[in-house]
Amino acid sequence: MIMLFYLAAAIAVIATIAVVLQTNIVHGLLYLILSLLAVAVIFYVLGAPFAAVLEAIVYAGAIMVLFLFVIMMLNLGQHTQNQERTWLTPRGWIVPSIMAAVLLGQLLNVISGIDYEIEPTQVGVMEISALLFGPYVLAVELASILLLAGLVAAYHLAKTK
Amino acid sequence: MESIPLEHGLILAAILFSVGLIGVLTRRNIVFVLMSLEIMLNASGLAFIVAASRWGHAEGQIMFLMILTLAAAEVAVGLGLIIQMFRRYKTVDINELSEMKG
Repeated sequence: MIMLFYLAAAIAVIATIAVVLQTNIVHGLLYLILSLLAVAVIFYVLGAPFAAVLEAIVYAGAIMVLFLFVIMMLNLGQHTQNQERTWLTPRGWIVPSIMAAVLLGQLLNVISGIDYEIEPTQVGVMEISALLFGPYVLAVELASILLLAGLVAAYHLAKTK
Repeated sequence: MESIPLEHGLILAAILFSVGLIGVLTRRNIVFVLMSLEIMLNASGLAFIVAASRWGHAEGQIMFLMILTLAAAEVAVGLGLIIQMFRRYKTVDINELSEMKG
């Protein structure tokens, strides 16, 4: 199990870096799906099977298919890929990478003091749903309102005049 | 049963977040910017799951559910905006939108 965690972590990091470096948009999307599935494996190893299934169905399934539909609608061809190559100059990477590295360094500095061990225990659907429809029922209602607002906004914005 | 240090899970989340941040800051294609935002949201969800796994609580998974809902709504609105932008400007370059010079 512990090997599975590190293997999936390595795949997730490599696939995510590949997304950021990719010039072909569909390839980038496929790498992102690989990264999300690797994170789903990590969730399963950490004893969150419900979150793992949701990650695979909603993130890697629904949201990425939405991206794919829009990319197909935009019909970006070879032209965009060549444009992308001219945009991604080595100079453009330096400052953002330094800033992100500083942030990562600060985060690692904060995290490195923690010495707890995770002994994964399965937290199943029953506990989650008992909480969702008990103390967190208001959050579920707010989430439904948020999704409705997203639906209305997406319909309005993508509508042809 | 063998155990995983909590530190390693949080370091993984921090690395994924930083890579997503580099993507948001560097890319000029708006679709890639939105994808990098997804990476960052996913990394924060991972941090929640890792922390909840240490204490054996279900609350972390509930927070992950909320992040998932937020990501779905955000992507729907963002992609609608991208379609509208492509219709008006025929490009996915975010620098083209700087005509207000604000």
